[in-house]
Amino acid sequence: MSKAASISLEMQSVSRHFGGLKVLQDVNLAIPQGGIFGLIGPNGAGKTTVFNLITGLLPPTSGTIRFNGQDLAGRKPHQITRLGLGRTFQNIRLFKEMSLLQNVMVGMHAHLGYGAFGLLASSGLFRSEERRARERARELLSWVKLDHKAHETADNLSYGEQRKLELARALATEPKLLLLDEPVAGMNSSEKTELMHEIQNISARGYTIFMIEHDMRFVMGLCQEIAVLNFGRIIAQGGPEAIRTNPQVIEAYLGREDDEPVSAAAQGEQA
Amino acid sequence: MEWFDNFWAVYSNLVLTLGTNALLALSIYLTLSCGMLAMANAAFMGIGAYTSALVTMNLGLPYPVALAAGMAAPGLMAFIIGKPTLRLSGVYLAMATLAFGEVVRIVVLNAESLTGGALGLNGIPQSTEWWHVGLALLLTVAVLWRLRRSRVGRAFEAIKEDETAAGLMGIDVGAHKMLAFVLGAMIAGLAGTLNAHLTFFIGPNEYGFDRGVDILTMAILGGINSLFGPILGGIMLTVLPELLRGFKDFRLVVNGFILVLIVLFLPKGIWDPARFRQWFSRSSRKGAAA
Repeated sequence: MSKAASISLEMQSVSRHFGGLKVLQDVNLAIPQGGIFGLIGPNGAGKTTVFNLITGLLPPTSGTIRFNGQDLAGRKPHQITRLGLGRTFQNIRLFKEMSLLQNVMVGMHAHLGYGAFGLLASSGLFRSEERRARERARELLSWVKLDHKAHETADNLSYGEQRKLELARALATEPKLLLLDEPVAGMNSSEKTELMHEIQNISARGYTIFMIEHDMRFVMGLCQEIAVLNFGRIIAQGGPEAIRTNPQVIEAYLGREDDEPVSAAAQGEQA
Repeated sequence: MEWFDNFWAVYSNLVLTLGTNALLALSIYLTLSCGMLAMANAAFMGIGAYTSALVTMNLGLPYPVALAAGMAAPGLMAFIIGKPTLRLSGVYLAMATLAFGEVVRIVVLNAESLTGGALGLNGIPQSTEWWHVGLALLLTVAVLWRLRRSRVGRAFEAIKEDETAAGLMGIDVGAHKMLAFVLGAMIAGLAGTLNAHLTFFIGPNEYGFDRGVDILTMAILGGINSLFGPILGGIMLTVLPELLRGFKDFRLVVNGFILVLIVLFLPKGIWDPARFRQWFSRSSRKGAAA
């Protein structure tokens, strides 16, 4: 089946409840291989929960998540990362006291080819692998234009630079699918434009990108396909133009003029 | 060389204790560098000491076998108790490991037929030569040095800073914590073995709460951001009481006072490479401006 082969990540009727709170209900998503896919939605719609389920930080209450055909159920975060899923965080989570280079090299952990023996006994293998890691880390830093700060401590970076370092670190895990959680949150417009170009460059290098974003203009400018999450349900999916004109999406973002009992009930449920 | 012979006759025990204390500080450094406050190192030292002493005394096996057993037994024990306890973090891990230490002490106290109970074990052959301690320290430092600069060391540091993020970098957090814990236990066991075959006698109270706190103090005092820090801390905590003999009755008061001052003014330990770098860059900037 050629269609199945081109699907990178697939969520099938995935739900997640926290006690009585139904954060995600019956979410179906299929992220195609290649390109940039966006997930948008108002605050508290459950977007980050989607990422936490995919990366194994939370188990879904029901439903299945498949990545390149493999079921992710029961796998630990590090195992899922090793399958080729890299991610960044909405609230930046760098290793603050380590240098930029070290941060990125941590991401290469699973891709260094020396075991305990190589570590303790074989100098040659150890050195060549560490050198390869350092060179690759420098290369990734140069992709996000941070290579001139390679030896600085991550803590010293500006907010925008920290986001870019997270991106480089996620790339170091050699992901087939890159999950970006609000990559431009808190950035000014020039930083946003710059990051947009960098994400486009990364996409052009063949990485599939799945991003959560709040900034509509940013999403519309980058993504080929967008899904909209509202109150834990996918309410629309399609190209930027279709999403922009979708009445349900407009309602979710701007509210509805006439207060129908249905939407009032939905509001009440959330409150 | 007569002065040296005199010096050695008086202080050999102290010098060798420097080595074993440095090893103990390094043993807890390993778990601390992985972000775990595990307080079982005194107990692991005790397990190593008793196991090796029994191997040489009761089984009459040669010293190298005792050394191996003195490292393997605490390592195995760490693996067993690590399974349930290493999920805990922060003070909860500290409490669980302290409780384990207390259990070990009480078991040793009550297993009289094997351990001699409160009377301890007497007449352990004094097989530890000065170069045994030196070599043990050297090898430990070499291994830890390599570990530190490898992906394993980076993983430890990443786990210390942010466990969740570390996991999402493809690091098996549980396995690395276990590695740090077991290796730390083995080093503590090595120190215990060397120490037991130096002092002729061991008793259960040598490996209790006080010793655990001492070990932690050495590492924290020296600083845990480098390998040299814990060694320095171990040396200081061993030498300081000797240097303060002039204070007679107030010796321990002054000793404690100095430790409080150091922790107060150098919270990251005496040996803090980051602070040194800061000093260095500041002075070089001044130099450039001038």
